[in-house]
Amino acid sequence: MSHWSFVTAAYAIALLATAGLLAWAFVSMRKAEAAAEELKRQR
Amino acid sequence: MHRFANPARFLKIARPATVWLFAIGLILAAGGVIGGLTLSSPDYLQGETVRIMYVHVPAAWLGMAGWAGIAAASLAQLVWRHPLATVAGRALAPAGATFAAICLLTGSIWGRPTWGTWWEWDGRLTSMLILFFLYLAYIALAGAEKERGGEGRIAALFGLVGAINLPIIHYSVLWWRTLHQAQSFGVEGSSIDPSILWPLPLSALGFTCLFGAAVLMRMRAELAEAKVEARMRRAAAE
Repeated sequence: MSHWSFVTAAYAIALLATAGLLAWAFVSMRKAEAAAEELKRQR
Repeated sequence: MHRFANPARFLKIARPATVWLFAIGLILAAGGVIGGLTLSSPDYLQGETVRIMYVHVPAAWLGMAGWAGIAAASLAQLVWRHPLATVAGRALAPAGATFAAICLLTGSIWGRPTWGTWWEWDGRLTSMLILFFLYLAYIALAGAEKERGGEGRIAALFGLVGAINLPIIHYSVLWWRTLHQAQSFGVEGSSIDPSILWPLPLSALGFTCLFGAAVLMRMRAELAEAKVEARMRRAAAE
């Protein structure tokens, strides 16, 4: 295997995991804040 | 610190800070990654694999910084009963665990062509793996306490005790000289050539901002969930 195969694999893992963390944090935040807003509107 | 004890005041700062940290982090991390992959020089010994450093080192730093943050939040919770400390600890854990995992995986990939092995029970590698398991235990413990309606004191104690592992990780390369190289950065500078080193501060700062954005988003989610839960409880009691 060439050196670039190792470099590509390492970058793919790092970037996908970071993007996954950010996407999960964003979606959970939007969901929770929308639920809080909805409850506030119902009062 | 108690100025931000009010969640409304905290959210007023956290909302724009999330956007700014994300935008700045994205630009800096992209600059570091693109520079590291295309513009920096290969190493005379390691060749192209040295480029793994631009994602591995920031991940190692953030894996450790995440637990340092948990320890600080735990102290603020146990000593000053800071209302946001529990939320901060719970928000830091998944981000820290993610970067500890990235550090372990990219380190293993770097190790194969450099050392000829994917894994070795070396002091640095083992203590970093322990940090990853500590994160998983903290997430489980904090989650269980939250579900039970507890204040998160057991998780806070665990967060403080777990900080013992941080100096072990840091000094492991000096205490047990096995496979992992000694520290390349210190207060007196770096032993790495500037033609290779320059993208590293960019990617480290970029990933740190992205880490900060993820933590703030999780804190906002935790606060909103707590608000919903409190309202539901109040409605059920009425």
